[in-house]
Amino acid sequence: MAEFLSPLLNLFPEGLRALVLILIQIMLVVMPLVIAVAYTTYFERKIIGYMQVRIGPNRVGPLGLLQPFADVFKLMFKEIIIPTAANKFIFFTAPVLILFAALVAWAVVPFDDGWVIADVNAGLLYVLAVGAAGVYGVILAGWASNSKYALLGGLRSAAHKIAYELAMGFALVGVLMASQSLNLQDIVRAQSGSILHWYWLPLLPMFVVYFISGVAETNRAPFDIAEGESEIVAGFHVEYSGMGFVLFMLAEYASMILISALTAIMFLGGWLSPFQGTFLESAFAWIPGIFWMFAKIAVLLFVFIWFRATFPRYRYDQIMRLGWKVLIPVTLIWIVVEGVAIYFKLGPWFA
Amino acid sequence: MSFIKLLFLVFASSAVLSAFMMITTRNTVYAALYLVLTFFSTALVWMLLEAEFLSIVLILVYIGAVMVLFLFVVMMLDVNTAATREGFVRFLPLGAGVAILMILEMSLVLGPKLFGLDLYPAPVPKPADHSNTEAIGSVLYTVYVYPFEIAAVILLVAMIAAIMLTLRRRPETKYQDASAQAKVQSKDRVRIIKMSAEPRITDVAK
Repeated sequence: MAEFLSPLLNLFPEGLRALVLILIQIMLVVMPLVIAVAYTTYFERKIIGYMQVRIGPNRVGPLGLLQPFADVFKLMFKEIIIPTAANKFIFFTAPVLILFAALVAWAVVPFDDGWVIADVNAGLLYVLAVGAAGVYGVILAGWASNSKYALLGGLRSAAHKIAYELAMGFALVGVLMASQSLNLQDIVRAQSGSILHWYWLPLLPMFVVYFISGVAETNRAPFDIAEGESEIVAGFHVEYSGMGFVLFMLAEYASMILISALTAIMFLGGWLSPFQGTFLESAFAWIPGIFWMFAKIAVLLFVFIWFRATFPRYRYDQIMRLGWKVLIPVTLIWIVVEGVAIYFKLGPWFA
Repeated sequence: MSFIKLLFLVFASSAVLSAFMMITTRNTVYAALYLVLTFFSTALVWMLLEAEFLSIVLILVYIGAVMVLFLFVVMMLDVNTAATREGFVRFLPLGAGVAILMILEMSLVLGPKLFGLDLYPAPVPKPADHSNTEAIGSVLYTVYVYPFEIAAVILLVAMIAAIMLTLRRRPETKYQDASAQAKVQSKDRVRIIKMSAEPRITDVAK
């Protein structure tokens, strides 16, 4: 990418070139991400519409394709209401914090071989740490609003995120053991071979646990107790209007896409072609890796939306039970199984 | 002044400043948030020392889990700020004495006299592909395996003790047994009775 941009970079003085290159790379990730968020909201409404035998948005533009922009403009021009007794500073910091956590993890996500902003050795740990820091936005929004529904939403979110972070961490330990690396690019490279070499097969329980925890981490249905509109109105963001609300929505969808991207990287072979190792490999060799990456992200996003259309919301104690008593023991057992498999060099995955 | 040094000064001063603010602020939620900022700044200082594993684990464990639980409790407190200030003047001499003593002790041990650059030359920066995590893992599970295991067992014992201390069975509370709920079948709940049909109303009228 640096060679491609070199005529542009030469316009800048020597000392600034690295900084400009990084800024361009950040823009190349964030701008498509924001567009993707806008169209994820559109597809969510369309898909749920068809699943419920409705049509979904179809009035703004052809097939309703301009609907996300209409929504954004509507929200931008809405009045921003600040509750009288709210803590103003934290009330406005909270949505920024949550968006920060949703965007900053993209720094280590590889889209193709070598297409990554920061090729970090401890990428897997970094992703976990950033995800953990993302809880603050929700908790602080709940507290700063000074509303009982918001506070209850924040507290629920604090409790369930800690439980699911543990399960997520243990699932990633499994990936770490199989790939012998914390670097996300090395993890993808370790899965090359064929579709059966991808970690969804040897680490199937980890894959399921990771994706379920990912749904819980992003506060999506059926784990959206932090919002829980049937019990606590809209939970942690009940007092937010206009741009504050936009930031929460942006962060929620950005972290949904992030979880899908990470699941694709760690369990579905990232940018690797699904036809690798079969007779179709040469026929599909012209397709760039980033296409497969996007296709996998899109499939997982569809599953996210499918969950929302299918499952009723979990009750709070059921969420806790699932996290602590089902998901965490499953990962612990599979870590032991994997350890045995690695010791005996069980092929083709652990050879 | 190099860029790294500037970064260090920024992170170090924000760590010290936020630690100071944590103990002086009256709002308990602010105090918890300043502590988060202290942890974060410290983690970044460790990152400058090329200790990326410790740095990220500090963020993951302390910011991501421990402080979340702290906030969980603190947010639900309705602290009377006047009451918390009551003992301030009374305990000030004692607190100041302890603080001065600690600073004195630390300045005796730490400082350029014993840790100066002439005694310990600055370490050579590691190459970019050096993995700090791997380096820690390879000594932790070989050279220090017994201390590591002993520490793990002590933590496990502490965890079991903490659970036992807070665990109390309250017979009056109604629990739901999830596995019993999942196992239940229609024959446990529904009884189908064969009954002869009632005579039709028109037949009765005749």
